[in-house]
Parts: sequence; C-alpha cells; structure tokens
Amino acid sequence: MSKYSLKNIMNQPERLAPGHRMCAGCGATIAVRAVLRSLHEGDRAVIGNATGCLEVSSFMYPYTAWEDSYIHNAFENAGATLSGVETAYKALKKRGRLPKDETFKFITFGGDGGTYDIGFQSLSGAMERGHDMVYVCYDNGAYMNTGIQRSSATPKFADTTTTPVGTQSNGKMQNRKDLASIIADHDVPYVAQTTLTKTFEDLHRKAEKAIYTEGACFLNVMTPCPRGWRYDTAEIMKLCHLAVETCYWPLFEVDHGKWILSYEPKKKLPIEDFLREQGRFKHLFKKGNEDLLVQFQEEVDRRWEDLLYKCARE
Amino acid sequence: MAIKGRMSGNEAVSYAIRQVNPDVMPAFPITPSTEIPQMVSNYIANGEMDTEFIPVESEHSSMSAAIGAEAAGARSLTATSSAGLALMWEELLLAASNRLPLVMTLVNRTLSGPININCDHSDGMGARDTGWIQIYAENNQEAYDNFIQAYPIAEHAKVHLPVMICQDGFITSHAVENITLMEDELVKDFVGEYQPEEFLLNPGKPIAVGPYSVSNYAMEAKKNQEDAMVQAKEVILQVAEAFEKISGRKYGFFEEYRLEDAEYIMLIMGSAAGTAKEAVDELREKGKKVGILKLRVFRPFPAEEIAKALSKAKAVAILDRCESYHGTGGPLGEEVMAALFRSKVSIEAVNYIYGLAGRDFTVDHAKEVFGELESMITKGIRPEQFQYIGLRK
Repeated sequence: MSKYSLKNIMNQPERLAPGHRMCAGCGATIAVRAVLRSLHEGDRAVIGNATGCLEVSSFMYPYTAWEDSYIHNAFENAGATLSGVETAYKALKKRGRLPKDETFKFITFGGDGGTYDIGFQSLSGAMERGHDMVYVCYDNGAYMNTGIQRSSATPKFADTTTTPVGTQSNGKMQNRKDLASIIADHDVPYVAQTTLTKTFEDLHRKAEKAIYTEGACFLNVMTPCPRGWRYDTAEIMKLCHLAVETCYWPLFEVDHGKWILSYEPKKKLPIEDFLREQGRFKHLFKKGNEDLLVQFQEEVDRRWEDLLYKCARE
Repeated sequence: MAIKGRMSGNEAVSYAIRQVNPDVMPAFPITPSTEIPQMVSNYIANGEMDTEFIPVESEHSSMSAAIGAEAAGARSLTATSSAGLALMWEELLLAASNRLPLVMTLVNRTLSGPININCDHSDGMGARDTGWIQIYAENNQEAYDNFIQAYPIAEHAKVHLPVMICQDGFITSHAVENITLMEDELVKDFVGEYQPEEFLLNPGKPIAVGPYSVSNYAMEAKKNQEDAMVQAKEVILQVAEAFEKISGRKYGFFEEYRLEDAEYIMLIMGSAAGTAKEAVDELREKGKKVGILKLRVFRPFPAEEIAKALSKAKAVAILDRCESYHGTGGPLGEEVMAALFRSKVSIEAVNYIYGLAGRDFTVDHAKEVFGELESMITKGIRPEQFQYIGLRK
C-alpha cells in the first residue's frame, strides 16, 4: 500500500469545479471531491447522478461543475442509467469505436432518497448484474432536496418534516435500513461504509478500491447536512468524528465477502455525544425522554455487536 | 436479392434487429413483446449478432439503461408492451427531451385494468405526448420495413428524437405471414454506422447530459424539441423514398387505399386496416365509393395531409383502438377532427371505438360503418357521433 498524504492528494486537479450552488458545510460535496480524487491521473470517468441536491446544484444549465462526462437522468434510476453507460463502453470497445488505450471508469452518486428508497430496485438490479461501476450513496439521512422529509436512512427519533416532533410524536418511529449490509448480500466484489475523517484516508482508500475493483461496487458515505441535521456548519468534521467514535456510523468494508472492520474506537463514546450536536435530536434531551436515548443506544450497540460478529468470522 | 420467408411479426422485427445489430439492448419481458428479447438473446447466444444485451430488472430500467447507453454514444434499442411502456413513462419524456435517437419496438397491448394481454392501442396512445415519433404497422412486412427505417429517421441531424415502431399484439406479433426480407448487407448499408456528434464516451471531449434548467431556458428547449418533431416529417418521407429504392416498397405518412374517388372513408391504424380493406373491396364490387386512409405515422401528426386526403369525401369514420375516457371520443378522433377544422374541411366525421383489449373487428363491422356513413348522407340518418363497435349488448 502506497503512503497516503492528504497534502499530495489535495494538490491534484479538482474534478468537481468550484462555483456550484451546494450549501456551505454540506458533506455531500466534500465526499464527491474525495471520491473523484481517488481516480488515477489519466483515467477518464463518466459520472452518473440521481436527482437530488447534488444534481440540481452542480449542473444548472448552462453551467456544469463536472470536469468529466456527466449524466443525470431521473431520481430513481441512477443505477440503471449508469449500467447503460457502462454497457455502451463495453460495446464500443468491443467494436473498436473507442481507442484501445482509453480507460473510462463509471461512478454514480445518489442521496439516500435516490438510493435507499426510490432508486433501490434500480440499484439492486445494477449490482446483481455486475456492471463494472461504483455506486456512491451520500447518505445524509433524509430527502434534503425537497425539504428534509424522512427516508429509510433516517435514524429513529429524528425530527423531519414528515416525522415532525409534536405532542403525540417523538420523530421517526422506525430504525434506519442497513443498506451497506443489504448490498453486501448481493455478493458484489466490494462494499464499504465510510465518512469524512480527519485525513480523508479511509474514504480515499475505499473509493480507490471500489473504482479499481472489477465489477459492481458500492460505497455508503455518511455526509452530514447542515439544514437537515441542524448543526453549526463549521462543526461538520466533529460530527463525522463523533458518529464514528460512538459507533453510530462504523467504518468497515466487505471485500469479496470478507467483512473487515476499518476502525475500532479505543473507548466507545455514548450516543448522546453524537446526538447532542444536532437540532433534529433536540427533543431527546428533554426531561422525560431519557428512555428514548436508552433505546437509541441499545440499537447502536446491537448493530455494533452484529458488525463485530461479522468481522470476526473466518 | 429479396428473400422470401414466413414469419410472425415478432420474428420479423427480431430478424431486422439482428441485421441492424445495434450496440446495446436492455429489455424486460412482457407479453406479447417478450419474444423479441428472447429471439435477440438467441441470436447473440449463437454468434449471429453481437449486441450487448442487458437483462434489466424492469422496463423502467430498460428505458433508463437505453438512455444511458445512447447518451454514451451507443446505438440503443428496447422492446416492450402495455404496462411496460406505462412504467417507462417518465423515461420516455427524458429520452425525447435529451434528444436521444434510440428506438423502441412496441408490440401494442391494452393497458390494465382489467388486466388483459390482447391488442389495443392504449399503450402507444398513452405515450402520444412524450415526444417520440410513432410509426404503426398493418402487418409483419410493415413492422419489418418500419424498423429498418427507424434509426435513419431518429439519428438524422434535423431530428435527433427517439422512434417507436409499433405493431399489433398477437394479431401481427404472433401471426405468421409471408414476408419479403432484405439481405443483411443491404440493411446494414441502409442503416449505416452510428456517428453521434457529442457523447459521454468521447475521449477528451466530456459532455454533461440532463441539466436542471430554470424557466429562463427550459421553454426554448421544449420548443426546439417540437421543431425537431415538425422537421421529422420531411425526414420520414426522405427515408421512405430511399427505402423504396432498395426494397420497391412505398411508404408515406399514410396509405391511401382506393381513395381516388371515395365518398366514404374509414381512417384506421394498425392491423385492422387489413380487415377494413377487405370490406372496401367487397363494397367496391357493389359500386360503393369507399376507401381507407391507413395512418402509418401518428407522431408527428400529419394533420394537413390527412385533411387534404379527406377533403373530397362526404363523410369519414375515424376508428380508435383506444378509449380516452373524457366522453367525447378517442385520440385519433380528436386529432383528425381538429385537423379537418383547421384546414376548413367541413365533412361529416364519426368517431368509433373498436377492438379494445383484443375484441374482434370483422369485415362485417367495417361494412356496417360504411353503411352508417352512407345513410347519414343519402338518407339523413345521423348516427351517434361517438360510438363503440362490437360491444356486447
């Protein structure tokens, strides 16, 4: 493994140009830039994108922030659309209509709405068929583009505009779907879960591995959303750090069926540390809601234990 | 050298697909178009063609993947029917608005419900405002010939629009008829190599497809799309003319069957035109001046040409194989009557609904329609202006 240096990586030319209209303090854009930095120099790419914040803010006619070829089709079909692009590449290569020495890589981005929910079938189909592509979910845990409605990635008790906290409601009633695990069960070559960490090494290495592993690969990247999570935009890295240290968002990979834990906190922090920073969980800290925090902690623990078990298997 | 054969409509279209050998074909099975992806898969499995086939998990994904492939620079194709087309609906609009010249072979089947697998045109008609060129066939020969003309129309620089090649489910898709096929090389030469100007996989010339567009720009894009549809009219005729040169078979926006001196005309689309022609032949023998206008190109709609062809008649029966559920007629009825009005052709026009969900349409039915038109003019017996044919009482 080559030595990783954030400074060197950051000196590469940007493949997502500045000037797009994403919010300050948005995790999605940071994740996208990090993924694109792991493309090797000289390799071309076609980027796909499900409808969402990223799409409407980065490709507003007549401007595009994308240095590579880019296709947005609709909300629910980023998987199928890029599978068509990738198949076209195979066809054109086979028929000699592309130069032999040209390499294209295929990466598509979708939010959790376009990935966990409305685009789930399209994603599952593309993964099962084994197209040589990477699907990157930037998971900010709600439909942020339409104004913070709950998705199946929204954590339990989150206050969203379709699960508002009120006198009769403590926010979302259900636990979140574990998508990385579901895609791993498609038996694809590579699945990884990551987020924005201090050096970005985890995301960089996983993105590079996903892009350069043949077949259908999937990355689930937790990307905080300042509007939906209600945090101080300057604190995004702290939030990601706490998500990992509380084991709310464990870092792991599933490489050809083998579950590997990427990081184990020396001392697992209580989930309150992660929740307290976010306006969407404010009600959990009101007097009388202590049991909700206990429930939240129990679910985090249960999933963490399950992950440890999977990673301990020979 | 023409090749004589016997084939079903699905076989004929699949044979044409093999000859064109497109780059990418995503498809999902649905009766009665299922045979097409099956036959194509067989051709591929036996090395008779080398299209990249994508066995997608739904029709929504087949159209999505076809859009991706076409945008990437590959000549793309899919096949479907009925609910499959309905599931694609959003994507149909995107294929057209992104100006992607992909082709779909549609085997017309009724839309649910009740669920029914037989022919009517409700699927194609439901997609009539999605920006696709739509060409309908009467028989297997036409389905074959229309498919071969599809890419030259779609890919023409003045058009850049997707094309739907339609044939009637079971009636032509599964019925075996005599057919005249062309040699592979002749078809390949006619269709030519796909040479897109801009595409995702163009090394060093990246493009972005599918923008968000604010109100300041979106309306012009829609008007450009409409202009392309209008321009497609002359291209369709040019391609038909070129096709005639190599095949000897003549095509236009519609076929005029014994129309020269016809006083009573039936306007009809698809396989039922064959039945109606039989009725016309029988009535002509009895001295009745009757004829058929068989519509081939429904999108773009040849309004002026239709009005002109009907202008000397006394009455027209417009036959719709689709219900519009608004109480005043079917889609063809509406559009033909609007065409007559705008061209100031004041003739009687009666709108009939026939053949929904595979209901038989017979020679006798066609004769009754002509009888009604004649009574209306000669005896002043005004028929119901919008009515069903062959409905169980």
